Amino acid sequence: MSLLTPDISASAISRVNPVAKLAVALLISVALMLSIDWVSAATALLLEGLLLAWCGLNARQFWLRTAPVWIAAPFAMLTTFLYGEDSGSVLWSFGFISVTEGSIALGLAIGLRVLAIGIPGIVLLATTDPTDLADGLAQVLRLPARFVLGALAGLRLVGMFIDDWQSLALARRARGVGDGGGLRGRARRFVGLAFALLVLSVRRGSKLATAMEARGFGSDEPRSWARPSVFGRWDTVVVLLGALIAATAITTAVLAGTWRFVLA
Amino acid sequence: MTGARVTAADWGWRHAGRSRPAVSALNLDIRPGERVLLLGASGAGKSTLMHALAGVLGDDEDGDETGALLVDGQRPSQARGRVGLVLQDPDSQVVLARVGDDVAFGCENLGVPRDEIWPRVATALTEVGLDLPVRHPTSALSGGQKQRLALAGVLAMRPGLVLLDEPTANLDPDGVVEVRDAVVRSVAASGATLIVIEHRVAVWQDVVDRVIVLDPGGGVLADGATEAVLTAEGERLAAAGVWIPRYPPARPVRSTTPENRAGETLLSGDALAVGRVPFARKQAVVVADGIRFDVRAGTATAITGANGTGKSTLALTLAGLLKPAGGTLAAETALAGHLGSAPRRWRSRDLLTRIGTVFQDPEHQFLAGTVRDELSIGPKALGLTSAQQAERVDELLSRLRLDHLADANPFTLSGGEKRRLSVATVLATRPRLLVLDEPTFGQDSRTWAELVSLLAELLDTGTAVIAVTHDADFVAALADVRLALPAARPATLPVGAA
Repeated sequence: MSLLTPDISASAISRVNPVAKLAVALLISVALMLSIDWVSAATALLLEGLLLAWCGLNARQFWLRTAPVWIAAPFAMLTTFLYGEDSGSVLWSFGFISVTEGSIALGLAIGLRVLAIGIPGIVLLATTDPTDLADGLAQVLRLPARFVLGALAGLRLVGMFIDDWQSLALARRARGVGDGGGLRGRARRFVGLAFALLVLSVRRGSKLATAMEARGFGSDEPRSWARPSVFGRWDTVVVLLGALIAATAITTAVLAGTWRFVLA
Repeated sequence: MTGARVTAADWGWRHAGRSRPAVSALNLDIRPGERVLLLGASGAGKSTLMHALAGVLGDDEDGDETGALLVDGQRPSQARGRVGLVLQDPDSQVVLARVGDDVAFGCENLGVPRDEIWPRVATALTEVGLDLPVRHPTSALSGGQKQRLALAGVLAMRPGLVLLDEPTANLDPDGVVEVRDAVVRSVAASGATLIVIEHRVAVWQDVVDRVIVLDPGGGVLADGATEAVLTAEGERLAAAGVWIPRYPPARPVRSTTPENRAGETLLSGDALAVGRVPFARKQAVVVADGIRFDVRAGTATAITGANGTGKSTLALTLAGLLKPAGGTLAAETALAGHLGSAPRRWRSRDLLTRIGTVFQDPEHQFLAGTVRDELSIGPKALGLTSAQQAERVDELLSRLRLDHLADANPFTLSGGEKRRLSVATVLATRPRLLVLDEPTFGQDSRTWAELVSLLAELLDTGTAVIAVTHDADFVAALADVRLALPAARPATLPVGAA
């Protein structure tokens, strides 16, 4: 797969309007960021787990894409155990480090939160084609076409970065300045390469802009859309499901008495 | 849809910040449906005129306009959609990720209703001969396919005027014919007016009605029926770098003969397999294998083969930049000196006097802010004194006609100048073996002749040359050995890295 043409098997979730997916990810994130407690995060995670079964991703795709979150969550949890704000009885301590009941609860709350926000976010975005997202943003949310399509076309250039970077690095080796100088030389070369890549990208970008302009882009005439982006009944259902997960998570936490509003 | 009429009345344009106008005192009348080949020495303002006709030259901030340039009686910026432009670089014209979406892009911008867009997309794709599903990823297209895609995007807008700015300069011979035929077929179908800029006259001379030659000093040098203009102005155009079949560039005079040319072996390969390691992978994907060769001092080896057969990958491997994916690649003592036989393991600086590489895109190898500094980088890395550095740099500057550009930024040079500079940077450290990737791509005949005679001179003094090339003239002029890579393998299988 590449950045532009993700390998999305004909999964149920890939047919949902990207705007609906974005709304779901936002609803859940905002709801979970209002409080730091383990009950709301665990509830959301459980409900998400149930829905994942219908999203149509196979196990390999799922684990590969969500791997970063599965690595980040335990780390966040562990560091909070050790260094988080202490309260309640001390369970274990060593120098600066102290593990308390409070820091364990906080660690759990944070670790679960990373998962509950990260997993739906990744699953929803990994199953979204950037072109479809741009269509949705412009047609459903009515964001300015010039901005949305400019960003979409720019994204294509990102795919060329890796090739350019490799060519630039090989060229430097051929020019006699590709190694040596120890750690400092390495750092200097990295900065030089990054700058060269920037110059190359800007030049490419301006050529692309000319090509787009030559095809009528950026005029004040009203634009038509070749691909309709329809926000249908199913998309509404998906957004409602997201809202339901958010509401259930909050309600459960309030009923369980663990809700801690961050702004209070 | 009928063709558009183009008229220029004393038209001129001066880019902001330049003292001389790019085009001045231009008078033209191009009738609807005419097919015009636009010629002129480099710097005559051909591209400026094309950009102006496409309405993408900018406004008062970008330059000063004089006189009038009209498409169907309107200013080009008002006639958007009436004019379609295809540029030289295939990579920077693809806008969207899927073939169908990319072709539809122009129609969308013109506000064409959705029901009408998709039939237009299908027609345009058929016209340019791109028989691909609309969801096909644009990143998987070859250079020739990308140019035909750009053309389809323009045709779908149903323009009355089609402008092509060196549309085939970056393509291999098959790609050139592919694109040319697609253009001819589609303008014949739509009746659109056609204006083409192209150095290689042979590609277009049989399909255009009229040739217009721009004068670098302003106005038009010659204008008329193809045959008449090429006969009257051919010699002068050829001297200015235009490829005229009747006046081919001079072949170099050699001081060695093919029999006495070959010296000691510098580099040899046996059962060599080459490939690149994809991002975030460990194993190379082999693109060519079973390669066997001997590179001897004083000889030129041409690596030929269709697109995608691994020519560039082979060149980069021979140059000690990529690791061989299998087999052996050995530098003999004559080249390696006290170093080991695997060029890939040499230090970057050790390559300088042994193997010099000229990349396909000169911009990839520029590192400095001025032409002079660019040329000094190699000699400096070798540890030469500043007097020695200056001596080498000055010699190369005058030899490659770059002295008036010594303080210019390499990125601001013209295509031919960039190519000469990229070759000069490599010559500055006097390597025994030169590896060049498509050295003559998109070059005018003058730069071509200079490059070929320079290489001939180096060969005669015992330097070895390896060149990846599609250019039959180049092969005929220089190659002693030809290494033809077979057509692309049916599947590319990863094998263990060597």
